[in-house]
Amino acid sequence: MSTATADLHQAPAEPAVNYLNASYGIKSWLLTLDHKRIGLLYLASITVMFVVGGVAATLMRLHLVEPQGALFEPETYNKMFSTHGIIMVFFFLVPSIPATLGNFLIPLMIGARDVAFPKLNLMSWYIFMTGSALALYGTISGGVDTGWTFYPPYSSLYSETHVVAVALGIFIAGFSSILTGLNFIVTIHKMRAPGMTWFRLPLFIWALYATSLIFVLGTPVIAITVFLLGLERLLHVGIFDPAVGGDPLLFQHMFWFYSHPAVYIMILPGMGVISELITAFSRKKIFGYSFVAFSSLSIAVISFIVWGHHMFVTGQAIYAGLVFSVLSFLVAIPSAVKVFNWTATLYRGSISYEAPMLYALGFIGLFTIGGLTGLFLASLATDVHLNGTYFIVAHFHYIMVGGAVMAYLGGIHFWWPKISGRMYPDMWARISAAIIFLGFNLTFFPQFMLGYLGMPRRYAIYPAEFQVLNVLSSAGASILGIGYVIPLIYLTWSMRYGPVAGPNPWKAKGLEWTIPSPPPTENFEKIPIVTEPAYNYPAIEAHDYPDAPGVARV
Amino acid sequence: MAVHSTHPPGFAHQFETVEQQREAGHLGMWIFLATEILFFGGMFTAYVVYRALHLPSFILGSHELLVKFGATNTAVLICSSLTMALAIRTAQTGGSKGTIIVWLLLTMALGAAFLGIKLRYEWYRDYVEGLIPGVSWLSGGTHTPGVKMFMCFYFFMTGLHALHMVVGLGILTVLVVMTARNRFSAEYYAPLEISGLYWHFVDIVWIFLFPLLYLIGGRYPGS
Amino acid sequence: MMGLLPSGFGVLATVPFQPPAASSIAENVDQLYLVLSGITAFFTVLIFSIIFVFMVKYRRRKEDETPVSTHTPLVVELTWTIIPSLICAVLFVWSAALYVQNGRPPASSTEVFVIGKQWMWHLQHPEGPREINELHVPVGVPIKLTMTSQDVIHDFYIPAFRIKKDVLPGRFTSLWFQATETGTYHLFCAQYCGTNHSEMIGWVYVMTPTDYANWLAGGEKAESLAQLGERLFSQYGCDNCHVPEGNGRAPSLVGVYGKPEKLQSGETRVVDESLIQQAILTPNSVHLPNYQPVMPTYQGQIDSDQMLELIAYVKSLGSEERNGK
Repeated sequence: MSTATADLHQAPAEPAVNYLNASYGIKSWLLTLDHKRIGLLYLASITVMFVVGGVAATLMRLHLVEPQGALFEPETYNKMFSTHGIIMVFFFLVPSIPATLGNFLIPLMIGARDVAFPKLNLMSWYIFMTGSALALYGTISGGVDTGWTFYPPYSSLYSETHVVAVALGIFIAGFSSILTGLNFIVTIHKMRAPGMTWFRLPLFIWALYATSLIFVLGTPVIAITVFLLGLERLLHVGIFDPAVGGDPLLFQHMFWFYSHPAVYIMILPGMGVISELITAFSRKKIFGYSFVAFSSLSIAVISFIVWGHHMFVTGQAIYAGLVFSVLSFLVAIPSAVKVFNWTATLYRGSISYEAPMLYALGFIGLFTIGGLTGLFLASLATDVHLNGTYFIVAHFHYIMVGGAVMAYLGGIHFWWPKISGRMYPDMWARISAAIIFLGFNLTFFPQFMLGYLGMPRRYAIYPAEFQVLNVLSSAGASILGIGYVIPLIYLTWSMRYGPVAGPNPWKAKGLEWTIPSPPPTENFEKIPIVTEPAYNYPAIEAHDYPDAPGVARV
Repeated sequence: MAVHSTHPPGFAHQFETVEQQREAGHLGMWIFLATEILFFGGMFTAYVVYRALHLPSFILGSHELLVKFGATNTAVLICSSLTMALAIRTAQTGGSKGTIIVWLLLTMALGAAFLGIKLRYEWYRDYVEGLIPGVSWLSGGTHTPGVKMFMCFYFFMTGLHALHMVVGLGILTVLVVMTARNRFSAEYYAPLEISGLYWHFVDIVWIFLFPLLYLIGGRYPGS
Repeated sequence: MMGLLPSGFGVLATVPFQPPAASSIAENVDQLYLVLSGITAFFTVLIFSIIFVFMVKYRRRKEDETPVSTHTPLVVELTWTIIPSLICAVLFVWSAALYVQNGRPPASSTEVFVIGKQWMWHLQHPEGPREINELHVPVGVPIKLTMTSQDVIHDFYIPAFRIKKDVLPGRFTSLWFQATETGTYHLFCAQYCGTNHSEMIGWVYVMTPTDYANWLAGGEKAESLAQLGERLFSQYGCDNCHVPEGNGRAPSLVGVYGKPEKLQSGETRVVDESLIQQAILTPNSVHLPNYQPVMPTYQGQIDSDQMLELIAYVKSLGSEERNGK
């Protein structure tokens, strides 16, 4: 197979046999052990879940254009926001980048033929599907109205909705995460190609490694937490019921012990993607490789000791508040380090603005805002005022949507030619990226203001003085929704009608770009021997050629 | 391409060498055990919190349990870990498959004995005496809410542990079949080792459960 | 078409940027918020500008151009690690100091009891008046709210005062404020509590001392909480065992509030609202050494309002002696 870069005068040829057509039929997909096919199976599942969660969000924002609520009774609205949160957190964001791009790319990037445990990988997908099916069943048969946080005693004693079904769905899907994380850790430790030392790994791998640590150590705790909640509901035993000696705050501690690290599960892979995009589209090695690598690990470690910042107003001891506050400030530092390093990577680069780069730049801007607003919440005195309001909603959406979803889309667009062998129309991709960026800001910036003004979250109806900002937010949401639909269309179109991409349409560095697009099932004809550092883009030493053309002057 | 004839049965082709596969399998099992520690750990944490809040009730609840069965079961499990280790040792030293199977079957018998004692002499008795919250619970008298909380945790924790034992028995069955089919040798016995790790872990969880559940508040003659 | 524009902007102009600042801490919190906003704006603009400049200056001009190599000096990495750390340290200390200060109610606070239940707020002044979803307070007087829930977790939130605290079943939490401006302010429930969570809202009326006195006097003559509690204490037979002289089957409760007590289990706890409630609902969990555990439980017989009255009564016992000493 030729791996020469495509000559501009000769269209690249698609390899005759690749992982997509190596075998046919539904059984070859449903029983596949190929990590690339499993990545696509996940891609299909989580896209469906994203649409379900997105429809819930659209309905919510439409309802909120009027202070008395435009569409639903409060009971239904409560089910809408609960469904939106549960589906988006557990069934979209947590698996998104790891299960799709991670599964597809990790063996390619480290020079392996597959992950360490391919059968476990397939089983993870089936476990995910089972959990999703249960959660969807719970949603369709009436939904839950507890919020994605399931706080007792409401969720254990008072709610009359399908809590057990949905909690069971989350419990089962958790095992999918655990097994994926386990697979990734072993793969990265044991299956790197000769010469691929830890510090030659792409930063995407470091990010997924850190994410996997959280997967394996955090997810079991949420499993036990929803397990206890489910048992309380099923057996009518008051584990969290104060009337019989239980403690509802114990639930919160256990819940947030996972759910705070979980938000880092949702953002770390995105940060890994950004490192890849920034380097590829400025054709430069990353600024501060080891700092970026270690920042991923520090975020994973510190993420486990900050959960109490979700509980500053629960009446916990002041001392506990102080400890969690200082640690929450600490966890912001590695993220700041990443933002500075990405920005510095652009310096003296050779930058182009295809869609993946637009997503990456959008990420950096929006993540900066989202992360800095986290300081308002780590800060005790302001958190007292802002907790439970729309400020929190805006903060986490800036990070989850402005950050994680944009990184996800950027990654999909970047690796789409490798996954499908085809290019998509870049013009449409750039237009969608711009629509998403604008729609997103219009949706969520007003929510910071709403929060500071005092509008609580999870309100089905609200005082009329908050209407203007709510209408602005809903207008933004409709624009954002359109922005998400367009890529679905052109990416699907490109699979059949897009121009053939060739092995390396972006001229990027990385082992995945040295093999055909789409790759053969066994990935590499011969396992490569790695001798270069990561992101080994050609660069001129300034002092050697001070007057050479093309040398950027400061 | 690698020479297949030198690869033992059970070699998986995503790996380059047998050594790589063995190391991957071991690392994978250790990571899995770490997740299990966190899993049980969540339950243990909730237990510790409630024990601190309701110590007198937990003492009363603990006195409802029969130490002799708990102690017997502890001995049974420790012996089963011994027989498991002997099975692995036999494979390691190239012993006959018959010997390996005997040790594995003994391990299974001890595991089944553990479950049998639990079911017949502890849980069935608790059912009859009305001590199973949510299933058969006779309250009133000395059964304060704290005692009910203790019994909840007793059943959740030992139940979760028993579930892990059942899974372990399933794994051992598979191992017996694999041994009978000559899959193991002195060069390749990784599944036995890895399953042994799992079995020992389940044993260690019980060693924590026993004092925490059965021995609260001490047992004094006449109490 | 053009006519719409001015009115559109006019509407936007009516959106305030902050809620009224009506408590003694509100301005301090707002100052901190302003500084945080400034830091956010500064770094956002900084990053956006640098990126924009780089985007233009280093855009790819030729397909095969080769960029100049850059290196990563350690001093640069350390600088942008240490400076944010210092900023965070300053923010933490400032905020923590405010938080600790705001956590301690002044000793002279007037206490108001709050019960949250699906989906209303029940407020109880010590002098007797009860309010539903409304709280009348005098300006300039520190008010301490002692709160509990009758069912699920709620949260008591007054944006204008910048205060908020969860309201939990089975225990008491507290909050304090001193209003600085008369007026009418929102009261919200800020912890999702079920179907009508968004209707669990009300108003806080901050009045001049004169107006407040008039309001207090104007309502029906009501007995104080402690008086109601005294009646319950007798009605439920508590006084059969808890005789004031201390020679009954149960300890005397005179002067017991606020003092540490060593329980049968060995631990020592201060007698507060939570302990009194626990003693009434699950007496065997907190009984004292040298007394038999024979107190019956009142679980299911006493509702939250009655609980507050009993607690107020116990608190009032021996308070003259306490104050005198």
